[in-house]
Amino acid sequence: MIEKTGMTDARKSLYFHLGLIGALFILQFILPAYHHGNLARIMVLACYAMGYNILFGYTGLLSLGHAMFFAAGMYGMGLPMVHLGWTPEPALISAIVVGVVVSAGIGFLALRTSGVSFMIVTLMFAQAGFLTILYFGEWTRGDEGFVIKQAERVMAGFDLSQPTNRYNAALILFSICLLLTIRLVHSRFGRVMIAIRENEERTHMLGYDVHFHKWMAVIMSGTMAALAGAAYALLFGYAGATFASVQYSIFPLLWVLLGGAGTALGPFIGTLFMFYLIDLSSSFTTAYMLIAGLALVLLTLFLPQGLVGEFRRKVVPWLS
Amino acid sequence: MELAPYLILGSIEGLVTAAVLALMAVGLSLVFGVMRVVNVAHGEFFMLGAVLAWFVADMIGGHPAISFVAALFIAPVLVGSLAVVADTMILKRIKYDPERTIVATIGLLYIIQQVTLMTYGSNARPVEPPFNQRISIPWFEWTESGLSMYWPWGLGTTTYKLAVIGFAVILLLAIWVLMTRTRIGLIMRATQLDRDVAQAYGINVDRVYALVFGLGAGLAALAAVLIVPIQQAHYLMGHDPLLLSFIVVIIGGLGSLAGTVVAAVLIGLSDGLISVFFTPTLAKIIATLIVTFVLIFRPSGLLGKHNP
Repeated sequence: MIEKTGMTDARKSLYFHLGLIGALFILQFILPAYHHGNLARIMVLACYAMGYNILFGYTGLLSLGHAMFFAAGMYGMGLPMVHLGWTPEPALISAIVVGVVVSAGIGFLALRTSGVSFMIVTLMFAQAGFLTILYFGEWTRGDEGFVIKQAERVMAGFDLSQPTNRYNAALILFSICLLLTIRLVHSRFGRVMIAIRENEERTHMLGYDVHFHKWMAVIMSGTMAALAGAAYALLFGYAGATFASVQYSIFPLLWVLLGGAGTALGPFIGTLFMFYLIDLSSSFTTAYMLIAGLALVLLTLFLPQGLVGEFRRKVVPWLS
Repeated sequence: MELAPYLILGSIEGLVTAAVLALMAVGLSLVFGVMRVVNVAHGEFFMLGAVLAWFVADMIGGHPAISFVAALFIAPVLVGSLAVVADTMILKRIKYDPERTIVATIGLLYIIQQVTLMTYGSNARPVEPPFNQRISIPWFEWTESGLSMYWPWGLGTTTYKLAVIGFAVILLLAIWVLMTRTRIGLIMRATQLDRDVAQAYGINVDRVYALVFGLGAGLAALAAVLIVPIQQAHYLMGHDPLLLSFIVVIIGGLGSLAGTVVAAVLIGLSDGLISVFFTPTLAKIIATLIVTFVLIFRPSGLLGKHNP
């Protein structure tokens, strides 16, 4: 749909998101230290959510095992750094390679199933992955996890443990993931993904290779999650088995649902909201996951489109 | 060291696991079969059963047998009622849409678990078994004086564990009778076969759904009351049984009750036996992977006839 100004929806949407990235860049000069640190963390976690969104929001496949991909990146980065003394650059490449290999393998197997079975298979694989991390506790240090020393977290001359560098590294990663998502959604490939979400049978009848597109969606989604995991290990200097647990598979689902599945911005908004909700509630109770539970139930009851989804439906239909 | 006594012990432990698992998984399978709902909060209904059993036993006091029997009735009824409320307040409103139901029950999982953490706390608490005599397992070996019987040191089981197995068998038979020989069972099966036709014949489908959801949760709670004298009540205890009952329901063929029971025995026994040979973590990894591959390559379950 071409507007009077001649600006396409895709272009408008792109400018909108570029504006957001600009706003996030400016925010670092305004925010107090505590929220500055939080926002860096939220941006990295939002990348994880955006990866999840590619599969869940755009392709319509609900995975309950994404923590496995996040952890693949986290340990793909952390283990060689700690045990082999690698610098961050090759470790990042290793994290991405591990992410691609794990998601390609799991995707290949899990996509033989669909619907409820797909959810349970991904959940099971993630559980096996989590237990494997515990089993090799000698190297992974299990639940306790391990710390990546500050001196080792220097990439291209930037000390990534230093708040400003960390924030901007997170912002760069966030921008890459966000723009990649928007690019993907407007590409031919992305449109086939959405077609699969809307009606798999029909997409298949039209002659598209549904299985291949789903597999690629799993790989892209899993690799983006792995990238987020690697960034988390590098920027915050810690890797632990908690990040591979079921809870961390539920989180991206929650973030994406809250923000709005199938919207580019939804994952970030959802992560931002939930992060501060949990942050607030954990200051007065240890049962902070209660908030997550209530949010999930209330969302399915009253806001199935999510915050951005509702916003798009009511105000800005051109948002991607 | 003789291996056989350990195998026997492993089998008994495995059968106890199987008994409890079968009850819990039949509940899950019933809910999936009749309502087509994947209830992720099923493990929390199990946990709630155990925690309520502790509360009841703590409040009533007296002889362990009295408080245990009271818990055996009160806990499942309370948990079942809670499930009925959850069904009418949440699941019915989202019209049992598969994905939204999963998300909603994940939410329910955290609500139940965290509320338990806030009220019951993070301690594990035991419930005293109604009776608990130790039974040693005898074993035979050839000595110079011929065949003799001896008791391998430390190996034994308890009467309570054997009673759990027996009680579970009786309950499973009762469920079978309920489903195949009673009017309410007929109504449930009719709803399972075709919801719309059942409704057209005047069956109150909403009420059947609420009943089935409550019954499923009640069975999980009952299983928990049985296991709580062996394994203490803790707010995170629902996690592993949930995964295991998923496994059982899948291997048995989604929605098939007989398949579920067979699979529970299979999984329970192999769980007991695998942990004789491997460390628990490795045993869990192997079991999880085997089941995952069954689900991938035989999606209708080992006993299923056709693809769902």
